[in-house]
Amino acid sequence: MDGSKKVQLKDVSFYYGDFKALEDVTLNFEANRVTALIGPSGCGKSTILRLINRMHEEMGRTRVEGEIIMDGMDIYSRSVDVVELRSRVGEIFQKPNPFPKSIFDNVAYGPRLKGIKKKEALEGIVERSLRQAALWKEVKDKLDKSAMDLSGGQQQRLCIARTLAVEPEVILMDEPCSALDPVATQQIEDTIDALKNDYTIIIVTHNMQQAARISDYTGFMLVQETGEPGRLMEYGPAGKIFTMPDKKETENYITGRFG
Amino acid sequence: MSGSNSPGERLARWIIFASGVLAIGVIALIFVFLLRDSISFLQTYSLVDFLTGRNWYPISEPPVYGLLPIILGSLLVTVVSIVIAVPLGVGTAVYLAEVAPGWLRELLKPLIEVVAAIPSVVLGFIGLTLLAPFLQQALGLDTGLTALTGGIVLAFMALPTIITIAEDAISSVPRAHRQGSLALGATRWQTTSRVVVPAALSGISAAVMLGIGRAIGETMVVLMVTGNAAVMPTSLGAVLGPVRTLTGTIAQEMGETVFRSQHYYALFAVGLVLFIITFIINWIADFVLHRFQESE
Repeated sequence: MDGSKKVQLKDVSFYYGDFKALEDVTLNFEANRVTALIGPSGCGKSTILRLINRMHEEMGRTRVEGEIIMDGMDIYSRSVDVVELRSRVGEIFQKPNPFPKSIFDNVAYGPRLKGIKKKEALEGIVERSLRQAALWKEVKDKLDKSAMDLSGGQQQRLCIARTLAVEPEVILMDEPCSALDPVATQQIEDTIDALKNDYTIIIVTHNMQQAARISDYTGFMLVQETGEPGRLMEYGPAGKIFTMPDKKETENYITGRFG
Repeated sequence: MSGSNSPGERLARWIIFASGVLAIGVIALIFVFLLRDSISFLQTYSLVDFLTGRNWYPISEPPVYGLLPIILGSLLVTVVSIVIAVPLGVGTAVYLAEVAPGWLRELLKPLIEVVAAIPSVVLGFIGLTLLAPFLQQALGLDTGLTALTGGIVLAFMALPTIITIAEDAISSVPRAHRQGSLALGATRWQTTSRVVVPAALSGISAAVMLGIGRAIGETMVVLMVTGNAAVMPTSLGAVLGPVRTLTGTIAQEMGETVFRSQHYYALFAVGLVLFIITFIINWIADFVLHRFQESE
């Protein structure tokens, strides 16, 4: 699957009630790559993430136009079960949101939903997931302790482990480091780097250095006039977007002239 | 003048301190008062006979104060009301907080709170004139005034408390927990049952405790619909027979006793027993809750 199109957006527009939040976004997310979406607040970056795991359906009256295709299948077609879709598309949220349960139960949550009950099987999954999220060494002796006692950075890596335990194909990350200090941010970035061989990662970030450091592809989004929908201004390999963007707006944004 | 030692600041601190001391002081005084009069009774009557005696004949000669049937009567009515009110109340709270559309929730919540405002004597009246004859006919009983009747009416009384507080607890579970669960591929029901309700458990337990407190302390309803016969409940079948409760005993007999007679003091001892039972239930609930939270 290397380098192939994992998720494709075709002419996607999106409405919250009557408000058009996104217009005509066409974009391909490559398999086993990290794609970053950058742009000022309110430009629809996070909305794109929500459309890929259909989380916007939990937020009231919304409407999607266009097609979102994953592995050749329209994820909005009737034959797609949203619960199954979400087990294939994991999400890491802006603020770490571990459940008020033990570390073990957090990671085992997803596998248990799928009906895995055997203790040995769950232990194997929990250890593997925590190792992948680079958290195992820190928590292996206190798996039965509450996840709420971990630091912010540890909680976020726990949330990554919790998502990995479900064995998703795509991982969405919505500003995963915005609530974390630089050291914790560094650890999350290292984790992302290690994960990209096996997963398709789409990350929304306000931090341009972060996008430049970790992404293979970068999309720049923008609301040009207040009240207009967000549009994808430019998309391409990260190296090109950050060194010689085609559009003036992109250059202005990455050089810090606004946003 | 806004420093931490300004007069306004000191006054506020003093008022808060005083109200705290007052609340605790009043509870302590109630306890001391109950204890003092109960001791007066227990100096003239054996504690063992009081707690384990099977007959309550306060006006026979000599009087017999066997509280056991009345303690069991209270517990029986309370257990019946809990068995009915807890699943129904928590279920309704989950429905309101997690399933019901917004407009229905806005409609139902105030209505449920209105139920809490119905005076207990009115509920007792309904129990007496509608529920009791219905149960008597439907179950073919000698009388409709039974522990079951009392339990049902008490459950109805406890429901608004349980629903309102449990709903608040469930609604205040952060949205991030729900999102996290849904994003992992959980269904709405799995999210509710495995994340939201466990996260709200301390609030739900508080709701249940308050509901139970309301049921065990309620007097008017049980006086009206449980039949008030101090019969020893010897089996589960006693649910379908009349019982008498601790609260009902005090309310009914206090007006007929001679001031500072043995009977008068005996009723204070009954009050003390009620106080201790309530205290033990609270303590057990606290303990269970604590254990549960630690294992989380």
